[in-house]
This record gives sequence, C-alpha cells and structure tokens, in this order.
Amino acid sequence: MFNYYLRLAWISILRHWGLSLLMVCAIGLGIGAAMTTITVNYLMSANPIPEKSEQLYYVQLDSWDVNDPFDDGLNPPDQLTFTDSTNLMRANKAFRQNVQAQAFGVIEPANPEMLPLIVNGRANSADFFTMFNVPFIYGSGWSRTSDDSKEFVVVLSKETNEKLFGGEDSVGKSIKLEGNMFRVVGVIDNWQPKPRFYDITTGAFNDTEDIFVPFHLIVDEKISRSGNTNCWKPTGDGFQAFLASECIWTQFWVQLKTEQDKADYLQFLSAYVQEQKQFGRFQRPLDNRLSNVMQWLESQEVVADDAQMMMAMSFMFLLVCLLNTVGLLLAKFLGKAPEIGLRQALGASKRTLFSQYIIEAACIGILGGILGLILAYLGLQGIEILYGDSMKDLASLDSKMATLAVLLALFSTILAGLYPTWRACNIQPAQQLKSQ
Amino acid sequence: MLETGLILRALARNKIGAMLIALQIALTMAIMVNAIFMIQDRQQQMQRASGLDEANTFYLTNTIFGQNYNIISHLQTDLNMIRNTPGVIDAIQINAVPLSGSGWSMALQHQPGEDQDAVGSAIYMVDEHAINSLGLELIAGTNFSQADVEIRQDGQSTWPAKTIITKAFAENLYPDDWQSAIGKTVYISQNQPLQIIGVVKAMQAPWNGWNGVERSMLVPFHREAKGGYYFIRTEPGQRDALMPIIEKALAESDKERIIRRVTTVEETRKRSYQQQNATNKILMTVVITLTLITGFGIVGLAIFSINRRTKQIGTRRALGATKGQIMRYFMMENFLISSFGILIGSVGAVALNMWLVNRFNLSPISFELIAFGVLALFIVGQLAVLYPARKAAMIPPATATRTI
Repeated sequence: MFNYYLRLAWISILRHWGLSLLMVCAIGLGIGAAMTTITVNYLMSANPIPEKSEQLYYVQLDSWDVNDPFDDGLNPPDQLTFTDSTNLMRANKAFRQNVQAQAFGVIEPANPEMLPLIVNGRANSADFFTMFNVPFIYGSGWSRTSDDSKEFVVVLSKETNEKLFGGEDSVGKSIKLEGNMFRVVGVIDNWQPKPRFYDITTGAFNDTEDIFVPFHLIVDEKISRSGNTNCWKPTGDGFQAFLASECIWTQFWVQLKTEQDKADYLQFLSAYVQEQKQFGRFQRPLDNRLSNVMQWLESQEVVADDAQMMMAMSFMFLLVCLLNTVGLLLAKFLGKAPEIGLRQALGASKRTLFSQYIIEAACIGILGGILGLILAYLGLQGIEILYGDSMKDLASLDSKMATLAVLLALFSTILAGLYPTWRACNIQPAQQLKSQ
Repeated sequence: MLETGLILRALARNKIGAMLIALQIALTMAIMVNAIFMIQDRQQQMQRASGLDEANTFYLTNTIFGQNYNIISHLQTDLNMIRNTPGVIDAIQINAVPLSGSGWSMALQHQPGEDQDAVGSAIYMVDEHAINSLGLELIAGTNFSQADVEIRQDGQSTWPAKTIITKAFAENLYPDDWQSAIGKTVYISQNQPLQIIGVVKAMQAPWNGWNGVERSMLVPFHREAKGGYYFIRTEPGQRDALMPIIEKALAESDKERIIRRVTTVEETRKRSYQQQNATNKILMTVVITLTLITGFGIVGLAIFSINRRTKQIGTRRALGATKGQIMRYFMMENFLISSFGILIGSVGAVALNMWLVNRFNLSPISFELIAFGVLALFIVGQLAVLYPARKAAMIPPATATRTI
C-alpha cells in the first residue's frame, strides 16, 4: 500500500508541478537558512575538549580598582596580574596548573638563504600540554623541571616544523629565536580546538600558535609579549616595574579532579586574596571565580550576538515558509475535493485518505529537505566567503547536521501537512458528488 | 463599498486560507522591517569617517630582530628615505592604525588623583608630521613642533607635555565649548599633566565597535621599540605604485628587520567592517527571498482559489459583471487580507524589535520604517495578485453554462 501511495503522491506532485515546485522551494529555502545558522551556532558553542572540560578551570580574581570596578562590577577581570599568577603557580595547590600569555618572536633559520620568520607564540607552563591534551607527532612537551631550571626549550607546531625542518623529526635540534638558541623538545600534530578555549582574550576562533615556549622567557625578556594588557593603576618605569604592577595580562588554568578539589581550591583562593588584602591590594569585595571550560566560554559570550540573532531570524523565516506550505497544501488538497469525495463514496476510509495525503506531504518535505541541504551547503560557503578568516572551519556541514536538516524538513512539512490533510479527510462526499 | 461586504462574507467561508496569508504577511513584515532596520544601523556605522585620507594612505609593520641595533638612528634614516621618495607626501612612525583592531588606550581626567573620573581615548604616538601624513584636518590650535618630540623607551611610564585631541574628545571633556579645550591642562596616568595644544576634526580609534571610537589623542613620541608601523601618505593615484617600491627599499636597506603586512587603509576599513558587511548582505538576502516567497505564495493561493471559483466567476460575467469588476474583486480581496496581515505585522514588528532591543542591545525602531513596511507589503500583495486577477477577468461568461 505504501508504495502505491508513494506513486500516487508522485503523480500528484508532477500534475501540479508549479505548486509543488513552489512548496519545495519554500521549504528548501526555510530549511537552508535555518540549517546554515544552526550549524554556525552549533560549531561556535561546541565543547572543544569534551573529555575533560569539567575538570579544567579558568581562574579569576578581582584585583581591580575599587573606584571603578572592572565590567561595572558584574564580572571580575578576565585575566590575572603577573604577581597573582606567579603566586598561585608557586603555591602549587592544583593537580595541574598553567600560567600563560601570548608572545611573538623572530626565528632566524640556520639556512642563510631562508628569510627570517615572524612567529606567533605562546609562553606557558609545562602542564599546558598534558592539561589540554595536546597531540604530538614527535617528542612531547617539556617537563616541570625545565620550567624550574629555566631551560631554553621550544615546542613547534606541525606547520613551523614543516617550514624549518621540512617536516622531519626535529626533536633535539636547535633553532635561533630572538637571538637565542632553543632546543626543540616536541612537534605538535594538527591541533585546532574550536573555540580556541585556552585563550579567548585574543580571539576565540584564532589559530593555535606557531611555537610554544616556557613562561619564564617572558619574565627574563628573552621573548616579547603580545596579547591584551589592561591596567588601572599607573606603572613605574621599565619591565620589572611592569611585572610588579596591577596590569592584567596573564591567564591561569588549573585542573581539579573532583568537586572536593574544586571547593578546596576556592578556599585556597579566598585565603590567598585575604592575605593579599593585608598588602593593600584587592580592595574590592571578594569575587573569586573558577569556571570550567563551558562556563568560561559562556561567560565570555563566545557565540557572537550576530550568529544568535541570525538564528532567531532564520527560524522565523522557516516559519513563514511553513505557513506558505500549509496554505498551498490546503489549496491543493481542497482542490481535489471532488476526487476525494469520489474515493470516499467508493469506500476509502478516512485513515487511508489520511495516510495517502500525509505521504504526499512527506514527499514534498523530503524533496524540500534535500534542496535545503544543498542551500545550507551553499549558504555556509557564502558565509565563509563573506566573513573571511573569522569563520574559517566554523562553516562546515557534518553528517549529524545533514541528517538533522532532512529530519527537520520532514518533520516540519508533516506538521504543516497535518491540517490540510485533516481537512481533506473531512470532505463530505455527498456534497462533492452532487455538484458534479 | 457594497463589494467589500460581499468579499468579507466570501472570506468568512474560507477563514483559514485567508488567515494563513494574513499571518504570512504579518511575519514577513515583522522580519522585513527589523532586518532593514539592522541593515541601516550597520550602514550608519560603516559610513562614519575615519578622519584619514583613506584613498592615498598605506602602512607596513617593521619588526626588528637584530641584536645591538640602533633603533632611533635607523628610524630617522627610514623616515628620511620614505619622505624623500618622489610621490610621497609624508610619512610617520605610529604605534597603531585606526580601525585596525589593535592599539593602545589611556584615560584623561580634569584633576590629578586616584579617585577622579577619567575619559578613555585611543592614543597615537607620532611626530610633527602626523597631521600631514594621516591627512587630518587641524581645526583649532597648533601642531607639534620638532622640539616637542621625545624618545620613548619600551615600558616608559612618563608622557610628553603636549597633546592634540579629536573634536569629539574635546566635546566630551568640555561639553559647553569644545574650543575652550585649547591650552587646557588635563591629566594622564592619574597625575601627569598634559596640555591640549590642538584639535583635529576627526581621527577614529582602532576599535570600530567601541562606543568611544571617535575619541583619540596624539602625543609626540618616537618609539624606541622593536616593532611598529610606518604610515605613509602619497600623492593621489600613486599609492599602489609606491607600496612595493617602499617595501623593497626598506627591506633592502637593512637586513636586521622584517617588513611585513603592507596594507592600505582602504583594505583595513574593509576588513574592519567585514562582519557588518557580511551580516548586511545576509539580511538583505533574507529580506528579498522572504518577500519573494510571500509574493509567490499569494500568487499560488490566488490562482487556486480562482480555479475553484471558475464557474462562479463565469456566472458573474454572464450576469453582466465587467472584466474590471472581476479584477477589482480579487484586488480588493487581497487588499483586505493584506490589511489584516499588516495590522498584525506592525504590532509584530514592534514586538520583535523590543525583543531585539532587550536581547542584543539594538536601538528602538523608527516610525518611518514601519510606514515603509506597510507600504511595501501592500505593493507586494497587489503586484502578486495582479496576474491571477487578470486571469480571472479573462474567464469567458460562457463557462457558466458549461459543466466541468
């Protein structure tokens, strides 16, 4: 029976091809628009490290101006002062901990024919690599001892290793960075968490860095710092005065395994801030925060307002398309009133009629879904072209999204088809037959 | 007017169909009006002048990696070389570029001290060639002199004695009379005095989304730093030819630095507003497709209802109705449905706007825009029904005598 209805549906779709085309187009456009924006939002709000996002915490302390609170007092500053992150690092109270900042430098390749290379870098602690599950092709991150003994070690990205060593195993070799020799200890495989959760102050969807070096190199002025710096109190002259200042420019992450560990760490932070208050610092009320990865991304509003607004708009757009479909289906089914009347007179039950017409609606839904999928694909390409680098890799359809698109189309068309089908089933056969 | 009652009674028999069209028109209107509103909002943002001579300026980054490198003497040589290149009007070293997204900011206050209110501003470190190089317009006071320019070490906390600010900043500091800013002393870094010696018409900050984007200040500094920008203004039409020439000359003149990212200010503006531009294009597409879908929906439904009423129309024609009357009937029918839809749509547009204002900090919609939406949808509705109505008018009276 199902196949027979399918054939009937097909015949009916072809007979009123103009109307069918209009419905398929409307559903296709609606689904295409909705899927495009859903995909962007879905990728923007994805969990970049699902296996341990619950254990990684970003630390915030309110060290800001008592007269002019950060973010109008709603949130503590988004970074830490060097003083605080160094103190927390030294206290070593967490299972793993990482202090970091963005850096940049120039690499002079050993081969004199090669041009010098400007690289984006990250200065971080040894735990960075284990905490954030960084994948390595060669070697590994450096050890905590390397941090303590202030070694000149470097981890290269796959791309940088490609440029400097032609992609071969470079562990143990040296590179000249900012005039100093650094020993390569590891090469990272392709690694591009989206969002780049470990540092969203410099752009949540930026590329990962070209090189990674120990944090102490910034302190010893062996590599230049970049990234955001925010100060509320005038600083003295020179770099040492800057390090001792109330400027925030470092980020601090800890890994805590249990809720108990988290509670303990919060307690430790309170004690720390209380202690600092004695030196005249932290004059604002106590507002220490530990946010896990997803909480942190949410509090920093990583999903762009534009993306959310577009999604809201596209759902309304889909609604218009569905209303359109309801209207057209209604017109189409009621147009068949004489035929329906005849079939009922010949003994077709309401159920049979219902399945027949709902199948017809579903067919249109599937066709619309396929069209919508194509349009969503094109729409995402368009978004990537229009928005450029900021949307790179954020605009791609995976099989999950594709299935969702077809299901959404099917579901919404059946929903749209319910009322017209119901009306079609309730046609009075006598009246229809009479007018003939 | 007799007809209106007739149409309404006919519509009452097919309430759902009419309601569906009306709802569709209402939603279309709500979305359309708000989308156009957002487009206008972004367009206004993009049209703000940066204050620079955008068509004839470009910049590049200079990153020094050589050890024991005399930054200041190289800076002088570089600037002399660029300024003496034929076709170049002027050039400066600068710490940030307007609209580029990255830069420095400082706050100024009227009185020294820790607990004073301060107004934030973008800060540009330049020399006395800045006004000429950037293409700014000095509207009050004087420019820096060569003697004002100090050398700034990295990490230095003291500031020069003079500053030039933008008119918008002057208005913010002296709301009663911005011209009174000239000669006044303000404080930077809480307690360092700074005298305002000049006011320029406009120069935007590096951040286009910042609400203080029009507030900028220039301070006379040559930076002794390992990274920085050279900003160059050329004679009209010479920019594109000079960009590679200057890049090459700088790169070859000394090998202990890297010259990169040679970029025009026009490109910077484009990149700066890329997101706004993209969003606008998408919103525009939404408005157009939405209107088309609604329009075609009306066409489809009208054709169907006319097909169903072929016999009635024929009968009316046979009883003496003119073609014009038949056409008018369907146009009127659409007008009534549209009116209803537009009425709901106007309320919906305001409601949607209120939600957007709440959720995304947009500003409230203007009455003109709603009026525009009303008009636009009436026109779309009438245009959409034109073809079906004409088709209806063409139905010959003889149809009445035929059975299907």
